[in-house]
Amino acid sequence: MKNCEYQQIDPRALSASPLSAQNPAEKKVQRPRRKWEAFPGKNRFFCDGRLILARQNGVLPLTLGLIVVTSGLFFAFDCPFLVQHLTVCIPMIGGVLFLFVVASLLRTSFTDPGILPRATADEAADIERQIDTSGSSTYRPPPRTKEILINQQVVKLKYCFTCKMFRPPRTSHCSLCDNCVERFDHHCPWVGNCVGKRNYRYFYSFIISLSFLTSFIFGCVITHITLRSQAGKGIVQAIQESPASVVELVICFFSIWSILGLSGFHTYLVASNLTTNEDIKGSWSGKRGAEESGNPYTYSNIITNCCVTLCGPMPPSLIDRRGFLPPDEAIPAAAASEMELPPFTPKSDANMCTQSTKDVLERMLHSSDFHGLCPSGNPKTSPLVQEVSSAPATAEPYLSSGCSRQLARQAVVDPCPLLSPVAFSKSNRRDSLHSINPAFRLASPSPTLSRSALVLGDGPDIGFIPQH
Amino acid sequence: MAETHSLQDMRQQAAVAAKVFIQRDYSNGTMCQFQTKFPSELETKIDKQQFEETIRTLNNLYTEAEKLGSQSFVEGCLACLTAYAVFLCMETHYEKVLKRISKYIQEQNDKIYAPRGLLLTDPIERGLRVPSCMSLWLSRKGRTAGLDIGGFFTVTSDGG
Repeated sequence: MKNCEYQQIDPRALSASPLSAQNPAEKKVQRPRRKWEAFPGKNRFFCDGRLILARQNGVLPLTLGLIVVTSGLFFAFDCPFLVQHLTVCIPMIGGVLFLFVVASLLRTSFTDPGILPRATADEAADIERQIDTSGSSTYRPPPRTKEILINQQVVKLKYCFTCKMFRPPRTSHCSLCDNCVERFDHHCPWVGNCVGKRNYRYFYSFIISLSFLTSFIFGCVITHITLRSQAGKGIVQAIQESPASVVELVICFFSIWSILGLSGFHTYLVASNLTTNEDIKGSWSGKRGAEESGNPYTYSNIITNCCVTLCGPMPPSLIDRRGFLPPDEAIPAAAASEMELPPFTPKSDANMCTQSTKDVLERMLHSSDFHGLCPSGNPKTSPLVQEVSSAPATAEPYLSSGCSRQLARQAVVDPCPLLSPVAFSKSNRRDSLHSINPAFRLASPSPTLSRSALVLGDGPDIGFIPQH
Repeated sequence: MAETHSLQDMRQQAAVAAKVFIQRDYSNGTMCQFQTKFPSELETKIDKQQFEETIRTLNNLYTEAEKLGSQSFVEGCLACLTAYAVFLCMETHYEKVLKRISKYIQEQNDKIYAPRGLLLTDPIERGLRVPSCMSLWLSRKGRTAGLDIGGFFTVTSDGG
């Protein structure tokens, strides 16, 4: 029954696409989709899900370009002279360093930093049920934190509205990637990815090796120019003979300060088992007050801390990019992909409602009997579902504006603010992946809302928090 | 294999079945451990000792996976020296232990949980998710109850 409902509100069936000719009873999409295609975060995937990058990949091409160009100039212009006058080891060392830098950089950029998959509908519903004990009619999300003891120290876990779960310790939500990342360090625009648990060691080896490479090139270029000027008629002529060296000098000179500084900083972090995030926020520094709030994660031994961070076991990626979506999720996931196609819609509550409850909005637009519940209807409630099937094909942008119009039109404004604090300040299109989401999201805000949602139809209780 | 087949059926029903989630246990840090507290919803379905034994074994397996031993250290150093190319051909220690965990869960399902109409889902399928709360809701038919441990295990019961 659930699958049939999804079929009825399948956007491809609604839009005049060739796929609408599909048999509604048929549960399979045309080809099995992989999970990365329906991934809710702001990431890009390559090689069929094997490589992951942040959508805002910042200046990664610039980083790569600078490294390749500088090293290329070095090998082309400085190495011949230095091989001739010094030793052949110079290009060899340079080559090894260069390969190491590029490998570390690519590894950092294309590795899943430790993204936590978002809570499924049932888990989120359960968490909501546990939190929402007040039962008040107006839903105002309290600051949701949970305190736990780690090594006899109190640590607060925050609730992530986007991912719908309490963040594990040391996890933070990256707004650029729209993901919760374990042991979140920072989002590095130079590598175009977040730096987290799974790729911190690669990041660290990247900056360390880059420090060595930059220093090495800098030193070699200085040596080159010095030798030339000694052999020739002065430094000016040396520069004229080898202008590329000047370019390298400039690039290395300016980057060496920041890279060395960064390496030193991260070495300190590694030795004390801290993350950049924690260090910046001062989570474990003494300025909290009289109470001793040391880092509960440190092993109080520099060597152990280093080993843990850099040589510890490599946890697997939790987001299963290359797994196949189950057939009953494939269709709402297809809906998600449909929504991915339009250009980025600005983040707004209206759009969140739209993207995540697209089917409900279609009903809204064509149903006069709205009950004033904006996007809060259960998409699987039977009377509404039937309306959806008769809804004409609508494009997503229309819906997004449609929702805004609906929101404006509807005198009942209350339910919408009820929804906006719930999770979706950042996410929009991913919610269609879990079509079940609207149900449980809506069930949480208030009993009245849940009840009225239930009144709309007698769909399955899946996703609804039991009214007990 | 009939048992496996029924397990597959149960997995498919798991989406509509009731689930109980078990929370992660952070008292020792960010290591992957689960609370051994016996959920009240399962009181009628399974023996408490058995359940706790399962969780304890799983906790031990995860501790082993995340252990800072010489093996992980050698792996880390080797990976660093080969510019991490070694990960392309070699399975990490963690992955090997995860396979053992999957096997153990399969075994437990076959021997203990499936006969009682429960189903343990491998945590990795749910992304080793952390603070999934305990939740038990009844399916439409009201006959299934499930157990999800930290998002790992979905123990769904059929006709329970």
